[in-house]
Amino acid sequence: MRRPSRGFAFLPALALFAILAGCGGGKKEAPRENAAAVPDVPAYGDMIVEGSIGDISGFLSAVTSDAASHEAAGYVFNGLVRYDKDLRLEGALARSWDISPDGKKITFHLRRNVKWQDGAPFTSADVMFTYRRMIDPRTPTPYGEDFRQVKRARAPDPYTFVAEYARPFAPALASWGMDILPKHLLEMYPDISKSPLNKKPVGTGPYRFVEWRTGEKVVYDANPDYFEGKPYIARVVTRIIPDQATMFLELLSGGVDIMDLTPPQYTRQTDTPGFKGSFNKYKYLASAYTYLGFRLSHPFFKDRRVRQAIAFATDKKALIEGVLLGLGQEATGPYKPGTWAYDPDVRKYPHDPAKARELLAEAGWKEKDADGVLRKDGRRFEFTVMTNAGNEARSKTAAILQQNLAEVGIRMRIQTVEWAAFINQFIDKRAFDAVILGWSLSPDPDQYEIWHSSKTGPKELNFIGFSNPEVDKLLEEGRSTFDIGKRKKAYFRIQEILAEEQPYVFLYVPDALPVVQKRFHGIDPAPAGISYNFPKWYVPKALQKYRIQP
Amino acid sequence: MLRFIVRRLLLTIPLLVGISLISFLMIHLAPGGPISIATDLNPRATADARARLEKYYGLDRPLHVQYARWLERMATLDFGDSFSPDGRPVAQKIRERIPITLTINVLSMGLILLVAIPIGIYSAVHRGSLFDRASTVFVFTGFSIPTFWLALLLMILFGVKLGWLPISGIGSLDYQSLGLAGKIADRARHLLLPVLLAGFSGLAGMSRYMRSNMLEVIRQDYIASARAKGLPERKVVYRHAMRNAVLPVITILGLSVPDLLGGSVIFETIFAIPGMGQLFYQGVMSRDYPLIMGILTIGAFLTLLGNLLADVGYALADPRIRQG
Repeated sequence: MRRPSRGFAFLPALALFAILAGCGGGKKEAPRENAAAVPDVPAYGDMIVEGSIGDISGFLSAVTSDAASHEAAGYVFNGLVRYDKDLRLEGALARSWDISPDGKKITFHLRRNVKWQDGAPFTSADVMFTYRRMIDPRTPTPYGEDFRQVKRARAPDPYTFVAEYARPFAPALASWGMDILPKHLLEMYPDISKSPLNKKPVGTGPYRFVEWRTGEKVVYDANPDYFEGKPYIARVVTRIIPDQATMFLELLSGGVDIMDLTPPQYTRQTDTPGFKGSFNKYKYLASAYTYLGFRLSHPFFKDRRVRQAIAFATDKKALIEGVLLGLGQEATGPYKPGTWAYDPDVRKYPHDPAKARELLAEAGWKEKDADGVLRKDGRRFEFTVMTNAGNEARSKTAAILQQNLAEVGIRMRIQTVEWAAFINQFIDKRAFDAVILGWSLSPDPDQYEIWHSSKTGPKELNFIGFSNPEVDKLLEEGRSTFDIGKRKKAYFRIQEILAEEQPYVFLYVPDALPVVQKRFHGIDPAPAGISYNFPKWYVPKALQKYRIQP
Repeated sequence: MLRFIVRRLLLTIPLLVGISLISFLMIHLAPGGPISIATDLNPRATADARARLEKYYGLDRPLHVQYARWLERMATLDFGDSFSPDGRPVAQKIRERIPITLTINVLSMGLILLVAIPIGIYSAVHRGSLFDRASTVFVFTGFSIPTFWLALLLMILFGVKLGWLPISGIGSLDYQSLGLAGKIADRARHLLLPVLLAGFSGLAGMSRYMRSNMLEVIRQDYIASARAKGLPERKVVYRHAMRNAVLPVITILGLSVPDLLGGSVIFETIFAIPGMGQLFYQGVMSRDYPLIMGILTIGAFLTLLGNLLADVGYALADPRIRQG
């Protein structure tokens, strides 16, 4: 089971681009390629087979929490809003929205003439129903909190929906990317997770559900009545192939059309003329980063100079080379480079062991043992870094860091623990010195849960115990205004402070490495990845591989 | 005989309850719980949401209450609903996985018997011969080679290079539209590699067992007398020795009844087969208690049943056990 960085994992509007899978195509028949000779005009038809590591667990994204299920829901359902190619919010089921001057009221103007896939019209009653179910204690959802912030919700007419908040809450807008559910099909089920719709969904999205064979595949057909026009690709099949090596072989033999490559597959196994003739490889920054986090109450790591020294001792370039085979970027803060909240000008920590030693000496770590380990007041600079088992990238990161730190006289032990045990026995109990973990990032820059000093309780996410009054204030400011200029200022300042304080050593942002069979055209890589315009992908008539009768 | 069986059957009930109690405690000892997947390190899941989910699944009750409720349901053969977000009945989840796992296991078991018994007999009769040594090397290669690695090599050869066989899965994408003959052929092509591999890795045990049985039997006095009365060697081996050597294999088969429903995780993962092994593994990883308990209970029941069958088989063959 792939267990990537947790947190921010949920974002229904983004489900489509949580690309766990790939597309490609073509049986072993000589690549009918020769793209130059083929007229490149969009055409309806053909099928795309994507590989997915894990089976889905249901279609109602309110009650599921795995990436595969959210991606599946993205084919069938829509939210009121979604992220566009540049990761800015745009309307989906909502044509547009107004925010009142005081920021407390959001009015959504819904699209007219949108139909549920069973023919019933979509109206504001469906939005109201979805909202009510999100705050209903009988709905087993981990995502109800954003909707409990709503003080009052109204549906004054079939095409208007109003959400009023007690105070301005910027992440609220993105929370309306939640999949809107059909009231007429669900209102008779008090617990939506137990409704038939969780297995056989009916939505408003670009694809209609056809069949789900547990552990084997999920099939969708194009929705001819989709409000943005019928998607070109007639059928989507998600094949569940739990092993990545097997999936890659399926790709080579034409059994899978699109998947995500691993760095070794990207650099070493696909760099042949034959492969390049049949597939297009893509590479862009993933919305995630990996970090080394310190328990800040630890006597060694209380001292900012020590944390800075470790940052200087860390050879981020070597990490990217060694762990990602060069496929990634150095992280300098908790935002994805290139997004509006990302501040490129914060203090940087180039690999500089001399500077690291200097800072350590300043902090009192002067003497050295016979075996080269630093000492202060009779204590050796030894600590344990923990990470979750089964994540090869993180284990490799730990090994390289171990060597980096040994160079400056710090002995770091490595311990890997199974995910659930890691979280429950070590993270929750604060029984760690330092950890290597990752966050996946949502496009909204609000990171209140991770950095605010009120979020250090059990099961809360500021488990390193970071506390900085200025950051607290800025986090509150950033989430309480919709003004991008003001938010940007707050988040830039937060990044400056984090860069100075180094509560995490921000290590790297990996690349996403999807590969798609060449017959698929219309793919346009953007900051949001490649899947955002999936309904506009097509296969020119002459290149179509499968005949699909709907 | 009937009393013997009834007594043994009644004895299995307290055994089953005991096994289920231990399993229940064990799985609750594992760190984390069913809601960890959804809520751990999830910035949008608050303490409130966590409490609500715990209540929803009844995890806020004391452990003994949870066990009592499970036992109560089990008494009516209700396995309960899975804790995974699809919330489907456990019985249904298990039912849809059993056919494929059973098919593969029965086929590979058949293959093993078909190949291992002759190998074992021949090796025993021609002990120390070139065949004996070569077959030993062969079966132990199968036993010790990492299946996932061999599987990948065979997939590359037959799937990618030669294009003769599908690489993974249990049916082509157009499976539904095929005729009956087409369906059988398609399924067979998909199952060929998994069954062959499972058979190959299981040869060693059975063939060595067969070989040592046969060696044992061949040393018996009645074989010597069969030879002494001038029977041809073929007859001695196949009529007199083999029957007696094969008999204990039946016991082994009885004991492997629970294995027929247990799939191998590695195997099913590499071949993308939606079988019991994957179901159980996913259940464990997501701490889906009702699902884990369901599979464990079925496994325990089948183990006890297999034991019983083996005992009954013995009792039929050996009057001393029946009386005891």
